[in-house]
Amino acid sequence: MSEQALQKRETTQLTRPTETSQDVTLTPRVDIVETDEELLLYVDLPGVLPQDVDIRFEQGELTLCGRRTPQTKGRPWLWEYEAGGFHRVFRVTEQIAADKITAEMKDGVMTVHLPKVEAAKPRRIAIKAG
Amino acid sequence: MQARFAFPDLWNEMSRVHDELSRLFGRVTGNGLRVMAPAGPSVNVWDDEHNVYAQADLPGIDASKLEVFVTDGDTLTIQGERVPLVPQNAIWHRQERAFGQFMRQVSLPALVDPDKVEAKYEHGVLYLTMPKSEAAKPRRIAVKA
Repeated sequence: MSEQALQKRETTQLTRPTETSQDVTLTPRVDIVETDEELLLYVDLPGVLPQDVDIRFEQGELTLCGRRTPQTKGRPWLWEYEAGGFHRVFRVTEQIAADKITAEMKDGVMTVHLPKVEAAKPRRIAIKAG
Repeated sequence: MQARFAFPDLWNEMSRVHDELSRLFGRVTGNGLRVMAPAGPSVNVWDDEHNVYAQADLPGIDASKLEVFVTDGDTLTIQGERVPLVPQNAIWHRQERAFGQFMRQVSLPALVDPDKVEAKYEHGVLYLTMPKSEAAKPRRIAVKA
């Protein structure tokens, strides 16, 4: 009986890569740039489908999270990444028009547009000649 | 009240150090650790009876400029360039994504037929299916008495 138990445990260990994939939370790489109109986030999310991404903006905090579905089925040879969840939170100090936030996904890169509220946009002040 | 703020700072510092470490030493898996995604193209390779498969994370690449080839039957090379697409006059706040030319070379678990390699680029991932060459398939050797 104990031998059976041991065998069982070994099988579980052998299949562990699939199990650990559930544990890993990846921090995706992000670039942030600012233009006069908006803040732009570029997020590398290879292999992630748009419907598996959740973006929230709440009290000045932008949260990106989601999941990448593993696709492999054979005998692993070289293993440099696990598919799993990802999560990232940013505190945004700039005044953002929360209802105008949009995001799009292309070739595994997500672009998030955070438009500034009118009051936060730079304004050119005309100087009157005296 | 000052002490209340010491902790988040320490935590930020720790996760920053952790990010740096995982960047230097690659991924640290397990234990529910938060891991920074690798900067270069990471590759997974696996096989079954007939094919060797490879999957490479290459987000934001012009697929027509990707070069993929197999040399000596079992060395896979992926090379290309990633060009930043950023509006003009933008101010950078944070840059973590890598740009420029890259090249990855990995050895495969078996000899493959370089002429029959199939490549597909989807959602920023390059998928390769490489049929094993006849020579790589298992063969029964007769032992002389």
